[in-house]
Amino acid sequence: MKKLKKMEGNQFLLAITIILFFVMYIIGMIVFGEKGFSKTQVFLNLFISNAGLIVIATSMTIVLITGGIDISVGSVVAMTCMILAYMMENKGVGAVPAVLFVLFIGLVFGLVQGFLVAYMKIQPFIVTLAGMFFARGMTAIISTDMISIKNETFLSWAQAKMYFPIGGYVNKKGIIVNPYIYPSVLIALIVLVIIFIMLKYTKFGRSIYAIGGNEQSALLMGLNVRRTKLKVYILNGFLAAFGGFLFCLNTCSGFVEQAKGFEMEAIASAVIGGTLLTGGVGNVFGSLFGVLIKGTIETFINFQGTLSSWWTKITIAALLAFFIILQSVFAKAKEKKK
Amino acid sequence: MSSSKSLIKKVTGFRLFLPLACLFLVLIINVIKTPTFFNITIQNGVLYGYIIDVINRGSELVIFAVGMTLVVAASGGTDISVGAVSALAGAVCCFVLSGGEQSTDFYHAPYILGVVAAILIGAICGAWNGFLVAKLKIQPMVATLILFTAGRGIAQLLTDGQMIYLRVDHFKMLGASIPGVPLPTPVFVAIIVVILTYFLLKKTALGLYIETVGCNSKAARLVGLNSTAIKFLTYTFCGFCSGIAGLIITSRVYSIDANNAGLNLELDAILAVALGGNSLGGGKFSLLGSVIGAYTIQALTTTLYAMSISADQIPVYKAIVVVIIVTLQSPEFTKMRTALAAKIASGKTAKEAA
Repeated sequence: MKKLKKMEGNQFLLAITIILFFVMYIIGMIVFGEKGFSKTQVFLNLFISNAGLIVIATSMTIVLITGGIDISVGSVVAMTCMILAYMMENKGVGAVPAVLFVLFIGLVFGLVQGFLVAYMKIQPFIVTLAGMFFARGMTAIISTDMISIKNETFLSWAQAKMYFPIGGYVNKKGIIVNPYIYPSVLIALIVLVIIFIMLKYTKFGRSIYAIGGNEQSALLMGLNVRRTKLKVYILNGFLAAFGGFLFCLNTCSGFVEQAKGFEMEAIASAVIGGTLLTGGVGNVFGSLFGVLIKGTIETFINFQGTLSSWWTKITIAALLAFFIILQSVFAKAKEKKK
Repeated sequence: MSSSKSLIKKVTGFRLFLPLACLFLVLIINVIKTPTFFNITIQNGVLYGYIIDVINRGSELVIFAVGMTLVVAASGGTDISVGAVSALAGAVCCFVLSGGEQSTDFYHAPYILGVVAAILIGAICGAWNGFLVAKLKIQPMVATLILFTAGRGIAQLLTDGQMIYLRVDHFKMLGASIPGVPLPTPVFVAIIVVILTYFLLKKTALGLYIETVGCNSKAARLVGLNSTAIKFLTYTFCGFCSGIAGLIITSRVYSIDANNAGLNLELDAILAVALGGNSLGGGKFSLLGSVIGAYTIQALTTTLYAMSISADQIPVYKAIVVVIIVTLQSPEFTKMRTALAAKIASGKTAKEAA
């Protein structure tokens, strides 16, 4: 019983997020049912269009748990797409080496940021702010034009549909159309599960929570705070590049303005999913639902048709406000109990 | 020998030494690259030149930086909504003055009403942030993330996603110059904001209160300061500053583009505060440092433009400069340097002894 009460606060927030997602979705099915909102494919599209964001939000969650922040991810995604497009289209590099190179760049990017944060003790916000400028500017230095990817191998990855055997519907011509996903979705979900297991069951994962909860105590406990933080930022850089790759599979192009505001979407998703920015608390599955909620709002606006795109921003902000205030109410209630 | 050493120490130990050194460095690079940098010419009774341009264009940044400094000092967090709030304030001003029309040649409402509305909306946004941070104790970055996301959305809602043009000569004065005055108007606005804030902080105990709250919010409450009210006040003030900056931004182009007005200025403002030698963790602050930081960033931007680097590529150089400066200022680096110096010194004495 005591344990149940202890779990309450954070688990409760996560539960609210999940319930909210389903409630929103059911409302959508009722309101836009005739337009096809209830099709399985619409649900799967949420994952398809947000595969990159799922990975980015996952890695953002890890960074937030350590009490840090990374606002460079959006720019890193743009840089990744640009490098991929540039290497494959203008330099004729194969798809596999291009992707490996991009992932390597991500690692190096994370290493530099991690070194500055963990060893030079500069605020993560400032370091990643510089990283954000750097990556976005680099994108522009590589090319200011939009480059579309026409590499066959890459396109075959991007367009390989994976059909589900069930849940199909019969279209007008009488052919059964089964719902499908792209490989990027599967990869994103695998990354999510791996990170979840890592956070929950490995020594590294537990030390991330410990550092976020109280850095001083973690240090006194004998954890190598600096090295753990460095590792987190390296992992984050890698995942940012990886998310960029998945994002690129969806857009198949590279341009300077790409993925602008991505970092804020990732942070908002994590916060909606119950991650605290003070560190120590967070769950990657919460962030997944944060991403899905954002996707649902966008789908709503698409289906509604007459609403303008800025309603997405306003609704997400309103949701953010709701969750943030809820978090603070819970925190206050906890304090009072003490 | 020892006296000269102590003099050097005194100079380098001066709080504003690094920010000032950075500014000078940027200016010197400018003079080498473009010898005409400090030339000032008069055209139509208005001063022209690179240096005037830096001072003029830097005005909004200075105003943002003033508000941001106080927010950082009091709460140890940053307000990332200032750019969006300034866009919203500009949109409100244009909306009031144009009476909802997309393009107009005359005011539909008194000018002062538009100004008051803009500043008021800025202050309201600031108060909302302040309420979340001070009263509900939400981390500043998350709390201001709400308006960061929503601000431009609301502004677009107001302008219906279109640009609103105000083709009235009087409206352009705030962003350009008043006839007969040789300096651009934004410069004066920035100076007034800085001076008023400075005196408000120095002549009253407010500056001290803010530092106290920033150093230790709990301790400040225990000695009888109302931490909540002071934090709330700084955020409201920051919103107020964003409102003023929004007016200047709008007036410069006599129109409002809710998507791009004040874009990324929150980042520049935070950088200005950091470059000014202020700790982003809160506590002691230097208003003058932030102002110098703001002009440094503007000088850097203008330099890069003068070197004909495209606007898209500028961030790379900005990032490199920022990393270098922030690393130089970090206490870890100082520790490393002193450790290295001690090692060399001990090596020397060991050699001498041998």
